[in-house]
Amino acid sequence: MDLFLQQLTNGLAVGSIYALIALGYTMVYGVLKLINFAHGDLFAIGAYLGLTLLTTFGLSQYLGPMGVVIVLAVMVMGLVAVVGAVLERVAYRPLRQAHRLSAVVSAMGASIFFQNALMLVYGARYKVYPHDILPKNAVSIMGFEIPLVRLLVLLTSVLMMVALYLFIQKTRIGTAIRAAAIDQRAAKLMGINVDRVIMIVFLIGPALGGVAGLMVGLYYGQINFTMGWMYGLKAFTAAILGGIGNIPGAMVGGLLLGVIEAMGAAYISIAWKDAITFMVLIAILIVRPTGLLGERVADKV
Amino acid sequence: MKDVRPVIYAVFCGALLLAPFFLNAYWVDVLNNVGLYAILGLSLNIILGHAGLFHMGHAAFYAMGAYTTAIINTSYQIPVLWLMPLSGLVAGVAALVIARPIIHLRGDYLLIVTIGLVEIVRIALINNVFGITGGSNGIFGISRPELFGFRIRRPEHFFFLIWGFAAITVFLFHRLENSRFGRALNYLREDDVAAEGSGINTAHYKLIAFVVGAVWAGMAGNIFAAKMTIIAPESFNFWESVIMFMIVLLGGRGSIPGVILGAFLIVGLPELFRQFATARMLVFGAIMVAMMIFRTEGILPPRPRRYPAAVADGGGDGP
Amino acid sequence: MSLLQLQNLTKRFGGLVAVDNVSFDVPEGAIVGLIGPNGAGKTTVFNLITGNYRPDRGDILFDGRSIRKLPTHRIVHLGIARTFQTIRLFPKLSVVENVLAGRHCRMKAGVIAAMLRLPAQKREETAALAEARAEMAFVGIERDADQVAENLSYGNQRLLEIARALATGPRFIILDEPAGGMNDFETAKLIRVIRQIRDRGITVLLIEHDMSLVMEACEQLVVLENGAKIAEGTPGEIQENERVIEAYLGVEEE
Repeated sequence: MDLFLQQLTNGLAVGSIYALIALGYTMVYGVLKLINFAHGDLFAIGAYLGLTLLTTFGLSQYLGPMGVVIVLAVMVMGLVAVVGAVLERVAYRPLRQAHRLSAVVSAMGASIFFQNALMLVYGARYKVYPHDILPKNAVSIMGFEIPLVRLLVLLTSVLMMVALYLFIQKTRIGTAIRAAAIDQRAAKLMGINVDRVIMIVFLIGPALGGVAGLMVGLYYGQINFTMGWMYGLKAFTAAILGGIGNIPGAMVGGLLLGVIEAMGAAYISIAWKDAITFMVLIAILIVRPTGLLGERVADKV
Repeated sequence: MKDVRPVIYAVFCGALLLAPFFLNAYWVDVLNNVGLYAILGLSLNIILGHAGLFHMGHAAFYAMGAYTTAIINTSYQIPVLWLMPLSGLVAGVAALVIARPIIHLRGDYLLIVTIGLVEIVRIALINNVFGITGGSNGIFGISRPELFGFRIRRPEHFFFLIWGFAAITVFLFHRLENSRFGRALNYLREDDVAAEGSGINTAHYKLIAFVVGAVWAGMAGNIFAAKMTIIAPESFNFWESVIMFMIVLLGGRGSIPGVILGAFLIVGLPELFRQFATARMLVFGAIMVAMMIFRTEGILPPRPRRYPAAVADGGGDGP
Repeated sequence: MSLLQLQNLTKRFGGLVAVDNVSFDVPEGAIVGLIGPNGAGKTTVFNLITGNYRPDRGDILFDGRSIRKLPTHRIVHLGIARTFQTIRLFPKLSVVENVLAGRHCRMKAGVIAAMLRLPAQKREETAALAEARAEMAFVGIERDADQVAENLSYGNQRLLEIARALATGPRFIILDEPAGGMNDFETAKLIRVIRQIRDRGITVLLIEHDMSLVMEACEQLVVLENGAKIAEGTPGEIQENERVIEAYLGVEEE
């Protein structure tokens, strides 16, 4: 039972990270109908930027643990958002009118570029996050011990997701994003600046991805330049699982995938952990391509 | 205007044929790698170039061929090259089984599923699936190939084996392109609703394109196993698939000379700039983006097929 | 004897009933027109016949055999060819290759035969090419054989689509607005081609908005409105029909 609860909370924490990344995929897919393959690498960039900021500014000398995390998160979000916006401008905007698959290949290229840029800048070895930032103690909830970091990751993710949800549902820009996702042409006719909407999506998505990268650094303590690839694929699976283009779907899909994976690792085989994700992905695409919460109109003939 | 292309091809073939007599073992080995990737690129070209299916998991079929050869050769001492047809067959059957349920997926979904496929195969190999793949260390002690009693072991020997097979591939695939089958793939790439409406069984042809490409990748895997004598899962990771994908994309989708040029540029060229070897993938990534924006069709896009002019009797009414 | 029989065909898209209990027969060797205002469900009927959509109810018999569950390429193989309302050629391929696409289903050679260039495969290719050229000549676009399809004029693209459909060796051909975008001269030529198609023994079913073409070329008309059949008869009868005039022709003749 203890193993089960540990795996459940672990799965939820990892799943909430997947969910944060998945939001970026799903939002971009919503407005551009493009799988932004480079999104996973934006997440990795977030993890590395977090490390650089942490070690160069020595934040923990001036601030308490929570302060460090908040300042760091804000800085990483801002920087990765800028990278995301530049990516959109350079690699995707010129292909807006081109064949859909041209943009996909361009995204793939951008992903390879980012990944290798990280390797050239930071080296191919694993990098270690300083482990004295967050206290190591565990919180006891109803006689059950949960590491503080795990709780923190879970809380931060949920907070971000709630904020995003409110932003999308309640604000004017959020409404514009939803409109552009339903029908770009109609949105344009209604006076919505679609270019601006796309730009905003490419600021928000990468910002969330960047924070997710930071959290992986804090949670696992080590990062690698290829991490964006694996997390990216998993988050994409989460987005598909929840129904791509669907924001609550990405959240549910992420949490669900995290739990499936944690349980699979505990009760089936840890060596097959990554393969389980891909099998889930393939199974969904074959059986129910619309995902759990998704609905899509049939293709036109 | 005279077509200079045949002259260029002849000069290229002549130079290639003479190369092993003038180059040292290192550079001959580089050419061998180029040749191997040219074969892989040509096999992927059937799927990606002609049928227009975005398949990024070709390394999985390559791996199946190599492992089939390695396992059977080391367990039963069957000569390596005899296993080539079997390696192709195993990869082809696997393609038939795997591709059937995913073939109808739209372009970008197919891409991601094939990426998943290559990862599943790699993880399976690392986990020593069925206890026969040797785990992450792989399989070693694969015997050297023999051809007509001649033992192939030096790079120059392999050069003729690899480029000989590449030449056969070009010969057969050129014929395949200019046939009912090759045209059918192009029709479904251009517009699969119109193709189906013209009486072409599009699902069938997508599947067969996968199978033909996989059979050839499997046979290339056989040669790879013979050349290396040791194989491990890391030789068949996702990046191998990316390299094959890049070769076709950069050279020109659907173009045999393009794919061969692509293999030289992507596998051969970085050897000339070894000091930048680590930046190779970075440059590839940037090129992929730039290609899509500035030259989607690749460096040497295919030339239109030519058909003999109408016979002199004039045609007239329909059949 | 009816070559094609539609029996109580119904197709819904969500809440919309696009085709509502439609039945009619197409006699062998006839030229039949399917007319009706925009959105009447004409193209949907075509898509049901060719297997692009599946009917929710009803059946489609071709030569007495149900084709309701067959995939499109099988239906083509049985002898039903079509053109598309929005021209769907293979724009980057040459005109000959576009027509050869139609020949495909009458050929046999597979991968191995192509690689080995067996004598039968070579003969088949030569024959297919000759037939493709004959169909191009039949519709009058043989001079453009080596052009890329997208470079053809609009009218010639429509003719090319017809040539491709004819190359499948059909018994029955479905033309979806064949005169769309054509000028008067091209339309007159099209009418001749349609008659010649029928003279070859091929039954024709067409959708057309150009009333002069419909009245001149068709021997029988079926009128749809809001997915339902409202009239059927010769062009003369249809012109007299009260409901049709009300729904459709009345507006046209103002």
